[in-house]
Amino acid sequence: MRAERTHLDWLESEAVYILREVAGQCQNPVLFFSGGKDSICLLRLAEKAFRPGRFPFPLLHIDTGHNFPEVIAFRDRRAAELGERLLVRHVEDSIRRGSVRVSGNQSRNAAQSVTLLEAIAELGFDAAIGGARRDEEKARAKERVFSFRDEFGQWDPRNQRPELWSLYNARVRPGEHVRVFPISNWTELDVWQYIARERLEVPSIYFAHRRPVVRRHGLLVPVTGLTPPRAGEAVEEVSVRFRTVGDISCTCPVESSAASLEEILEETKGATLTERGATRMDDQTSEASMERRKKEGYF
Amino acid sequence: MQPLRFATAGSVDDGKSTLIGRLLFDARALQEDQLAAVERASLRRGAGELDLSLVTDGLEAEREQGITIDVAYRYFATAARKFIIADSPGHEQYTRNMATGASNADALVLLLDATRPIAVQSRRHLVIARLLGIRHVVAFVNKLDLAGYARGAFERVRTELETFAAPLRFESLDVIPGSALRGDMVVERGDRLDWYRGPALLERLESLPSSADRAAGGPLRFPVQLVSPPRAGAARAVLGRIESGHLLAGAQLVALPSGRRTRVRQILSHGVEREIALAGDSVSVVLADDVDVSRGDLLADPARAPQVARSLDVTLIWLDAEPLRPDARYVVQQASRRAAAKVARVESRLDVDTLRQVPLSGPVLANDIVQARLSLQAPFFADRYDEVRATGALILIDEASNHTVAAALVR
Repeated sequence: MRAERTHLDWLESEAVYILREVAGQCQNPVLFFSGGKDSICLLRLAEKAFRPGRFPFPLLHIDTGHNFPEVIAFRDRRAAELGERLLVRHVEDSIRRGSVRVSGNQSRNAAQSVTLLEAIAELGFDAAIGGARRDEEKARAKERVFSFRDEFGQWDPRNQRPELWSLYNARVRPGEHVRVFPISNWTELDVWQYIARERLEVPSIYFAHRRPVVRRHGLLVPVTGLTPPRAGEAVEEVSVRFRTVGDISCTCPVESSAASLEEILEETKGATLTERGATRMDDQTSEASMERRKKEGYF
Repeated sequence: MQPLRFATAGSVDDGKSTLIGRLLFDARALQEDQLAAVERASLRRGAGELDLSLVTDGLEAEREQGITIDVAYRYFATAARKFIIADSPGHEQYTRNMATGASNADALVLLLDATRPIAVQSRRHLVIARLLGIRHVVAFVNKLDLAGYARGAFERVRTELETFAAPLRFESLDVIPGSALRGDMVVERGDRLDWYRGPALLERLESLPSSADRAAGGPLRFPVQLVSPPRAGAARAVLGRIESGHLLAGAQLVALPSGRRTRVRQILSHGVEREIALAGDSVSVVLADDVDVSRGDLLADPARAPQVARSLDVTLIWLDAEPLRPDARYVVQQASRRAAAKVARVESRLDVDTLRQVPLSGPVLANDIVQARLSLQAPFFADRYDEVRATGALILIDEASNHTVAAALVR
């Protein structure tokens, strides 16, 4: 017999099983790839599930237009290395069409949902695979692995399909779809351990770097063209890294000197704040922000 | 070590939320911002100290209606092991939610109240856990602080529990005294229960076997998820997860439904060749012969093949708000296999309070557990649920609504 399997082997095997179920049950699936650490893991899992074949789905990124350039460059390079098709849909286009209205430089994070649902309708996807994890947030803690969305893209937490064993039910009518979360059972630490084990490349902003920031409500807000300092705020240059990578206008880095995966792992083990608590401005507006966004079709 | 998945259950006021909060708090699985949110909520509700039951406070939709909607999954780890908690609500919709939470659980943590007789709800939870094949139960007799940490109060609940659970024949049934509120015997032993010599709750959970270990000892069952076409340099491969037993390079297999025999030429795990793969492993398998297999087929050990049947006797757990329609067509799903089916006969209903089968009076409704016969449009390869979970477990899907309406266990 061989060496005992680790918990990462177990999580990997479960995720590969889920991806293959999508391929077996769905006609026209898609995988959300943002260039962030969770979707980087999804791509490796898809390689394990389907290589030497091609992925049975294209990759899709909903581009808010407010991105960290390193992440977009990484996204394009990774898709090219894999030889898989990357589709990009832009919140900017939804604004032009009038389906999204924004004022000034406000966060486009919530507006993503509109563009995302437009993309799903345009391309007729019946399943959309995402890298959300149940440990991220309490609304996600209740989500199924195969999570039904009605024709308006809405999630109804009161009326989820029972999901027993690993018997997933991906049946939908035209216009409806399922969201599928292969790494539901992973924690932030599992993700970093997997990235380290598989030696996966991640965008440079996950590692410590010096960056101008202002301190606002206990968060370090990056100073960029889109997020200038407010009157009276002092700009400092601090050694930081990002724990999560999202829309530039709502994602904050944490103070860090972790320059390697090993150091990130140590820091994650010793973290005293949750991933979202330390980094996301949009989740803090109310206790139920994520829940409300999710019901409206948010990823 | 495999992660341990456990479901929690208990009657509404037995302190389940406090226990989970305490477990996470004492295991240092809560972060500062989560604690700060609990502190704020505790103050808002006028609690003098940190109210750990608020750690598992639910969704806005739940708070509005004062109900718990659904199973929530929580994660924590100790130096010894990782844990996945399926935190199931204890309200009327108990069977449906319990079944979802318990279907993947290795163990049940059952909350009991030291100051009261065992609630009907808790008995039901035990029955459903047993039905779904949970073999290990850890009962935590809570609120001993309200009973002066008296051994007598604990022994009374323990005797009552052991008497009720005896016919259910769990492989292990631990009963632990404690107080979730004060933190006795959850993670720390505390200093008020020196008459108790057994393990604290977390210590016991760290040592429980996971069902993955058990599945590896069963007969080989390898449901086909996908077949990859041959391409330059790579043979045609069968993709799937070994659900039971193990697969050895060179081993004899039977492919169902064709009945054709073949051998394993090669086992690939993510591009790496292996000699053996075990239950729980997702692999690609190259067969020695050009056997016709596709999604929904099963590769099995020819010496211990499953039954091939067009009709199955099952225990049916009805989950949907709409009652069972006796003549309707449903889709039955088992592993990767699907076929149309009808519920040909409903024999009796389980009275979960007395554990007796009683005659059916009226339609089969949500939360009913009945003995039934399924009639299938295509043959299924089935084992008894008690013997092999993956080939003994089925779901019924309504063709019109696409809802998952029932779970079925092969008898």
